[in-house]
Amino acid sequence: MDFELMIESWPKLFAAIPVTLSLAASSISIGFIVAIGVSLLRLSKNRLLSNVAYFFVYLFRSTPLLVQIFLIYYGSGQFKDFFESIGLWVFFREAWFCAILSLTLNTGAYTSEIIRGGIQSVPFGQIEAAKAVGMSKGLLFRRITFPIAIRQALPAYGNEIILMVKSTSLASTITILDITGIAQKIISATWSPVEIFIIAGAIYLTINFLITRIVQWLEIWLSPQLFRDRKSWWKSLRENGQQAAEVQQEFR
Amino acid sequence: MDLSLLVWGDAGWGDELFFGALMTLAVASASYLFGIVFGTGFAAMKLSKITVLHLIADMYTTIIRGIPELLVIYLVFFGGGAVLRAVAKGVFGYGEFIDLPIFITGMLCIGFSSGAYSTEVIRGAVLAVPIGQIEAARAIGMSKSKRFFRILVPQVSRYALPGLGNVWQLTLKETSLISVIGLVEIMRQADIGAGSTKEPFTFYFAALLLYLGLTSISNRGFLRAESWANRGVREI
Repeated sequence: MDFELMIESWPKLFAAIPVTLSLAASSISIGFIVAIGVSLLRLSKNRLLSNVAYFFVYLFRSTPLLVQIFLIYYGSGQFKDFFESIGLWVFFREAWFCAILSLTLNTGAYTSEIIRGGIQSVPFGQIEAAKAVGMSKGLLFRRITFPIAIRQALPAYGNEIILMVKSTSLASTITILDITGIAQKIISATWSPVEIFIIAGAIYLTINFLITRIVQWLEIWLSPQLFRDRKSWWKSLRENGQQAAEVQQEFR
Repeated sequence: MDLSLLVWGDAGWGDELFFGALMTLAVASASYLFGIVFGTGFAAMKLSKITVLHLIADMYTTIIRGIPELLVIYLVFFGGGAVLRAVAKGVFGYGEFIDLPIFITGMLCIGFSSGAYSTEVIRGAVLAVPIGQIEAARAIGMSKSKRFFRILVPQVSRYALPGLGNVWQLTLKETSLISVIGLVEIMRQADIGAGSTKEPFTFYFAALLLYLGLTSISNRGFLRAESWANRGVREI
């Protein structure tokens, strides 16, 4: 263990946290808006629109993110003249733009399925009641469908956010120096993977731990009635052990 | 976009990409199986009544699910060789320079991460087996191993199948990350093609279609397996 190297390199890795966080935050927030649009298209009665949305989701969910990033960043270079002629080349030559674009589309596809599941889980009686009191379509979506759907979808969406934070590491493959990019640079210069891995890994774990906490807190805040008899982590672990012991007793 | 680049044979890259796809399939299946073996072990630990084992398994899944795979790949790629050399020198007295083969490195990395997801799937499947079934098996006097192989295994595999299908898709897509350490699978082959022809879009698009084909076909396979496994089960 080379502690000197660890002390030397942690400020560099820490300095990359904003890069990772801003990549994640911008793609998650834009992706959420994309996802709402896509899920509404997917649920629309128009067959064409819903098929287009289905195709988008299918394409992005069944191919690796790395291919999507490379296709957008390196692939756009093949059509440089075309992009220059319509004035978009200034965007596509930037690694940042390409990384955020691909991450956004990717999370948009995954999140739209999560939101769709949430919307479909809204009890029909609630919508009927809203219609009966004369709510307009927009008001109904804003006041009834969306709030219920978001509560249903929140746990799955929390997982998606964590996956996205992990996915931002792929931006390091197109020259962006996020935490993983810096880590890779230091590792290949010093050949001390363990030390760097520990620091970088701890940073990612902390970020993701905070996110799970925030999501959990949001869940409780949005539907407190479900969490009245919440247990501490240690207590649930102990009970899990007891439950396992009971199960094994049965097996014996 | 010059599609003649993708023809079969010396003139095009069709055959290279095809063999890349075979490599992707090989490394994905190896890591997937490795992950299932791993996942079964850790699921058993998660279900054990010994709190320490439970904690270790919890740590494993938390770490793997919270740290980017790319970082794990760098760790094993740059660190695996050193460990191997230390073992070779310490245990076998072998002092020559050896390195971990890229295929093994990739399989270990992807297998570890796939194993964390398999753990949760298998654990859930075990908990889904109704306890009454085990009681019934005990009541007619089945031995412990018979209960395990005749009652638990068939049902757990049926319950776990949909989840394991998802894990397979994840694993297949994750193999693309091994291209960064140079294993010549679809993605790496597309990189090489894109680099030497200056037609990146053509090659990455071909890679996209190959992955799309692999996931679609295997998805259909898993759906078939599911309906086969659920034959004779009452539908709700």
